[in-house]
Amino acid sequence: MSVDVRTAAPGPRPGPKRDSRPPSRGHGSPAPIRHETGWSIGDRIGLVAAWCCGISLCVVAAAIVLFMAAKGLQFLHLDMLTSSPQASLDQSQTGGFLDPLEGTLLLTIIGIVIAVPVGVAIAVWLTEYGRPSGLARLVESGVEIVAGTPSIVLAIFGLLVFQQSFMGFLSFTAEGGAVFGRSFIVAGIMMALIALPLVIGSTREALNTIPRHVREASYALGKDKASTIRRVLLPSARSGIATGATLGMGRICGDTAIVVILLGASMQTTPESGPFGLLRGTGSTLTSYVYNNSPAGEGNAPEKAYAAAFVLLIIVILLNFVVGLIGKRNKPQWN
Amino acid sequence: MELKEEQSQNGSASAGSVPPLRRIVVESETVPIRVGDYAGPPDPNYGREPWQMAAGNDAEPVWIEERMRTEDLSIAYGDKRAVKDVSIEVNSGEVLALIGPSGCGKTTLLRSLNRLVELTPAAKRTGRIILDNQSVDEFDVTQLRSRVGMLFQQPNPFPMSIFDNVAYGLRERGSKKPRRKQLEPIVVDALERAGLWDEVSSNLNHPALALSGGQQQRLCIARSLAVSPEVLLLDEPCSALDPISTSIIEDTIVELKSEVAIVIVTHNLQQAARIGDRVAFMYLGDMVEQGAAGQVFGAPREERTQEYVGGGFG
Repeated sequence: MSVDVRTAAPGPRPGPKRDSRPPSRGHGSPAPIRHETGWSIGDRIGLVAAWCCGISLCVVAAAIVLFMAAKGLQFLHLDMLTSSPQASLDQSQTGGFLDPLEGTLLLTIIGIVIAVPVGVAIAVWLTEYGRPSGLARLVESGVEIVAGTPSIVLAIFGLLVFQQSFMGFLSFTAEGGAVFGRSFIVAGIMMALIALPLVIGSTREALNTIPRHVREASYALGKDKASTIRRVLLPSARSGIATGATLGMGRICGDTAIVVILLGASMQTTPESGPFGLLRGTGSTLTSYVYNNSPAGEGNAPEKAYAAAFVLLIIVILLNFVVGLIGKRNKPQWN
Repeated sequence: MELKEEQSQNGSASAGSVPPLRRIVVESETVPIRVGDYAGPPDPNYGREPWQMAAGNDAEPVWIEERMRTEDLSIAYGDKRAVKDVSIEVNSGEVLALIGPSGCGKTTLLRSLNRLVELTPAAKRTGRIILDNQSVDEFDVTQLRSRVGMLFQQPNPFPMSIFDNVAYGLRERGSKKPRRKQLEPIVVDALERAGLWDEVSSNLNHPALALSGGQQQRLCIARSLAVSPEVLLLDEPCSALDPISTSIIEDTIVELKSEVAIVIVTHNLQQAARIGDRVAFMYLGDMVEQGAAGQVFGAPREERTQEYVGGGFG
């Protein structure tokens, strides 16, 4: 008997049956009914539901981007990107959001510069050493707790810590000795906590995908563990680290609570005197600018909030795009 | 056993144009020839002692000298004994092939020779491993591993350039960082000995992971050779490769055996027969039989060996 290849192929297939002949089965067992009739009605409903869910998420994402683009492009002017915010009752005199834009950039850099080395170190310790295992589990739960803590809680906690007098060198200290506890470096340190779990997770994943025999090949050439980590593992995990860092930067850009509480309330970037005055000074970011200018804040200038929100959205989308690019290249592939 | 030549009976019909067919008839009462029996070339070293001269079929004679040996070596993972009281010699100038079914301890034995087995926390070793009349425990582990190189099942070049891969083992050895110029002759020599130089000479700075699987494996050989090891351990180096790459690697191995003592673990009995000078058969952690390749395959002394090389189990 000649066998139709389509019928003999294993597994159910959607759609109406293509061949009325019973499929040829080598072991003499009866053919399953599903094979004859295609997918069951429950499977079909499930497939349609899954498909609808996916499409509706796309619709929501597109709606956000399109709505923000429409509003943003309507209110955004180039001079907003180049002028500082001013305090004025006249909306035409309140300036743009150059300072918040710089603030976002500065805060992101501070946060990620702290988060990447610390996160990579934690990830390397967890994957390559991780002993005693009880301590490793403790560190893992620590990372999970930090990842799960709402940023407003982190912010309040940061205020508590950085208002201690011995932390005074990180922010402005008033004449009576009271520590302000709010500055770029303080906010950056707490932002690093937000980015840290992403850097750790991404780096651990990258390290875990490196096959064991690659490490052993390095040991077999007479290298010790430290040198293997430095020369083989970290370069192999480079794209994973970069992905984690970029995701972390996206989170830092978008966080509002820490900025509102820990960066001071000044719309303009206000450096302190002395060395590292900028880091110890206060300022604002795009998120706090949007918040302040929205009807919820004090500014009540929704058109400026829309324009700033649009710029913020573009930055975050660009960062996600970069994540995709990094993921595609530079990833070493072993069998 | 007697060989007789017969003239083909039906050869007379076309006697003028086609030469008559000849048939070789094997007459034997005692040793029946079965399908699956080893029918390779007779080993010229059959019956000779290992320290005597070994010569390939038409290769130059090579001096056989002991490099490593194990004495009553046992390795256990927790309660499970993976290698039981194995004593074996690794000699320069020949290829030692370890054969046996999966899980018989050959890879564990191989990994113990450069103390890589110590990376497994549960592994416990008893018995001695001697390299050049010195216990391997007396060596600094990094020094031991640069004298006893290793190649793995999967090609695993590091994610860096071809040059940097080969130079990897040479860097950071002393306090002074060697310059590329100083490393270059060693790298070129290692690539030549691994038979890869002609293919990569023009693109030494290309990423190593862009090479084909067979080239990657030869790069890994070059990487091991660059630190000038005395012993090279190969753990099924061809299992991930196609037949052509396999045959190139095998040629490389045979060429290298005059300089480096080679131990190869393989599941491929044909491969063991092709390149192995001495073959050791392991089963469930025991060293069942070791001897010249022709003897182990042609006239195994142990019943288990006979069953394994005859395809009885495995």
